[in-house]
Amino acid sequence: MKERPLIFEMSKSGRKAYSLPHCDVPQLALEEMVPRECLREEDARLPEVSEVDVVRHFTRLSQLNYGVDSGFYPLGSCTMKYNPKVNEDVAALAGFTQVHPQQPAETVQGCLEILYRMDRLLSEITGMDRFSLQPAAGAHGEMTGLMIIKAYHQHRGDVKRNKIIVPDSAHGTNPASAAMVGFDVVEVKSNDRGEVDLEALKAVVDDTTAGLMLTNPNTLGLFEGNILEIADIVHKAGGLLYYDGANMNAILGMVRPGDMGFDVVHLNLHKTFSTPHGGGGPGSGPVGVKEELEPFLPVPMVVFKDGRYYLDYDRPLSIGRVKSFYGNFGVVVKAYAYIMSMGAEGLKKVSESAVLNANYLMERLKEHYLVPYNRRCMHEFVISAQRQKEKGVSALDIAKRLMDFGFHPPTMYFPLIVKEALMIEPTETESKETLDAFADALIEIAREVEEQPEKIKGAPHTTPVRRLDEAKAARNPVLRWNP
Amino acid sequence: MGSYIPNTDQDRREMLEKLGLHSIEQLYEDIPCQVRLKDDLDLPVPLSEMELVRHMKDIAAKNKTVDEYICFLGAGAYDRYIPSVVKHVLVRQEFYTAYTPYQPEISQGTLQAIFEYQTMMCELTGMDVANASMYDGASALAEAVCMACQATGREKALIARSVHPQSREVVYTYSRFRGIKVHEVGYDDGRVDIQELKRLVSDDVAAVVVQTPNFFGIIEMLDEIAEVVHHFGGLLVVSVNPVSLAVLKSPGSCGADIVVGEGQSLGNPLNFGGPYLGFMATTQKLMRRMPGRIVGQTVDLSGNRAFVLTLQTREQHIRREKATSNICSNQALNALAATVYLSVLGREGLKEVALLSMRKAHYAFEKLISEAGCSSMFPAPFFDEFLVKVPVPVEELNRALLDHGIIGGYAVEKDYPELQGGWLVAVTEKRTREEIDALIREVGRL
Repeated sequence: MKERPLIFEMSKSGRKAYSLPHCDVPQLALEEMVPRECLREEDARLPEVSEVDVVRHFTRLSQLNYGVDSGFYPLGSCTMKYNPKVNEDVAALAGFTQVHPQQPAETVQGCLEILYRMDRLLSEITGMDRFSLQPAAGAHGEMTGLMIIKAYHQHRGDVKRNKIIVPDSAHGTNPASAAMVGFDVVEVKSNDRGEVDLEALKAVVDDTTAGLMLTNPNTLGLFEGNILEIADIVHKAGGLLYYDGANMNAILGMVRPGDMGFDVVHLNLHKTFSTPHGGGGPGSGPVGVKEELEPFLPVPMVVFKDGRYYLDYDRPLSIGRVKSFYGNFGVVVKAYAYIMSMGAEGLKKVSESAVLNANYLMERLKEHYLVPYNRRCMHEFVISAQRQKEKGVSALDIAKRLMDFGFHPPTMYFPLIVKEALMIEPTETESKETLDAFADALIEIAREVEEQPEKIKGAPHTTPVRRLDEAKAARNPVLRWNP
Repeated sequence: MGSYIPNTDQDRREMLEKLGLHSIEQLYEDIPCQVRLKDDLDLPVPLSEMELVRHMKDIAAKNKTVDEYICFLGAGAYDRYIPSVVKHVLVRQEFYTAYTPYQPEISQGTLQAIFEYQTMMCELTGMDVANASMYDGASALAEAVCMACQATGREKALIARSVHPQSREVVYTYSRFRGIKVHEVGYDDGRVDIQELKRLVSDDVAAVVVQTPNFFGIIEMLDEIAEVVHHFGGLLVVSVNPVSLAVLKSPGSCGADIVVGEGQSLGNPLNFGGPYLGFMATTQKLMRRMPGRIVGQTVDLSGNRAFVLTLQTREQHIRREKATSNICSNQALNALAATVYLSVLGREGLKEVALLSMRKAHYAFEKLISEAGCSSMFPAPFFDEFLVKVPVPVEELNRALLDHGIIGGYAVEKDYPELQGGWLVAVTEKRTREEIDALIREVGRL
């Protein structure tokens, strides 16, 4: 049954949705320009559809999606805050979008100014000394930051530092990024308060430690209160401290990674600084460092001299390039606009409200769900469906049932150290009314667990499709349309 | 100041009360006071919406754009026409404000669009499977080299000097930290030097990496290269310009094992270098080695066709340090732009774009040589970008052209000191004969 045809299934020979100008230069045949053996024999089977077909097709597809503008999106660690519309407008100015990245510096002073100012703004916000805007996403920033750490040790001749320590609560990207950079990964346990276990940390650091990657607040939404001791342990062992900025939304204007002892940070502009996620990207993952590490940042860097902005490629210790050109510039423009509209006072209020919203929501759910780390949280918290699981209803079932109430589910089964985890991050852009409605829904679902668990296990009931056979997709991969 | 926080003071009081607290400050008690900020951040005074728009317009006005200037600059980013429909689809909030489609029941729009995108990439490249996108063409190429090393268990790659210099730089960066050794293969008459390749290739080479059309715009002979690398059990990694694939032989049909490329040309504005998208496609055999997200077809409980992220055991959130890559966020919205662009242009339209660009480029090439004092540097056939030697210093030429409203070509001597005076000119379907004639005239006058 094909109620939602693929664009290819709508194709009809002779239909078209484009209009191109007539050729106003000599109309050479393909073979006159390129030898026949280089030419394609069969056309790529792209669709042949009308303009209205294209518009209706993608409009229909969009209607099957749920975005932040559709409703509450409390996806833990993803900071799905509202994306201000004016930022989309200013990033769409022709003065930004219609600029070629290879143009001479004197013709792109505005673009360079944005990059330069962002470096200064982000440095102030995080307490670092210099930022590169080149990395395209959080994981890309992690990889870049770890390359900088490796280059730093190698430059000092300290070549046996081949280990990166990550807590067992870390994002999956942390160990994966470490592996990309050729590090071995050492996992360190969390204690019963949900924080890094200091004794366990002491036991794993040594002269092979390149660094520790830490998210603070961590993925349980808890602030690592021993951060100064942690920094001390790592630094005394000769390692560096890496800040995963995924949870920066909790601490803007309150405390800065640079002041906590971190040497390298990455930020997710698509989380903390409100740029939309685009259905999975583009993001932007700027990397900031302390002065000592500055020479290792990717090339080029933007410098300001004699009233002009320049691109500086003369950086012999640089790790090199991690991406073409200067990063996801269009995303940086939106984040810049956001910071300029919020200012110091606004950003502080962002974090205060994000933290208050999370604590309030946790308080409302406490009686109905197990809260494995029952203490003050920061901008997000984790509940566990273990009690419900005993009645045969899993975290997944609850997540699916939430869709019937009109909400996007929280992050599921993460962090890995909590069984049946649901990780909830409300963000600051949600009102008390929305939080209450969401809490009411989860409480209602907890009640359903007792009274009609089958209803939850069959959820969702109101979505465009029902639960999917994911095993079938993996067992017998169909990854493209075939005529 | 932006007012994106809905809760009122009254709301905050009620919420604190529920928590048994009297101030927000108490929520931050876990943070040691030694590290707490004593003062406010030192940031500019916040702007109202009106002030923000003015401020941003002022900065944007400091740039010169390809709307005001005639652009003959390419070298990895192209001033192509973007049909209106693309923009109108992209501003639909259901697409651009959604997260990664981890919950398929409410993400079928994104998932089906990616499935269509994967199909289009397979069709263009002639490969079996494609992923949902990478950061850009350069990082996709670097990931392809890592993938080839993992797949072959070898730690050496050969890369053609005719590959985009920035892509090579990104490959070096990724490789260096993973302990992959990369050697360059020179060019002969603008194409991969086959004799040198044959000398350098051996049974410890994981991948031979080429680009076609290459950085000089020239079409590489893939069949021959494929034969050489496959003979030694290595993989052929090819970086391609997707628009060229409407008319040129697909790398898949020439024996490529991994195909990547920069997808900016497909409906994405220049945006001073990003966001763009990288694409990656490979063979059935290497499917499970591929980094990045992949969407697959399945059915829901009612038996209806539906789409879902699949083969996730390759990915970081499941496999952590054993994942094929660390990539998580990709360039989904840019891939959507490419999908809409390719739907609008379709089978005939993309060929027309390619043919128009080629004809205009060939017209410009002939005229620059016959009327403007330029000379040809390489004899091999090109697509829609070409290298000529100009009679005056390139920077001087470009400065003079700028005064006449023209953004000139790329000075390749920055990256290839042996190609002094080399000027890389891109001519897309957007350039008119009048504009090309203006270029010829101004170059001729110098």
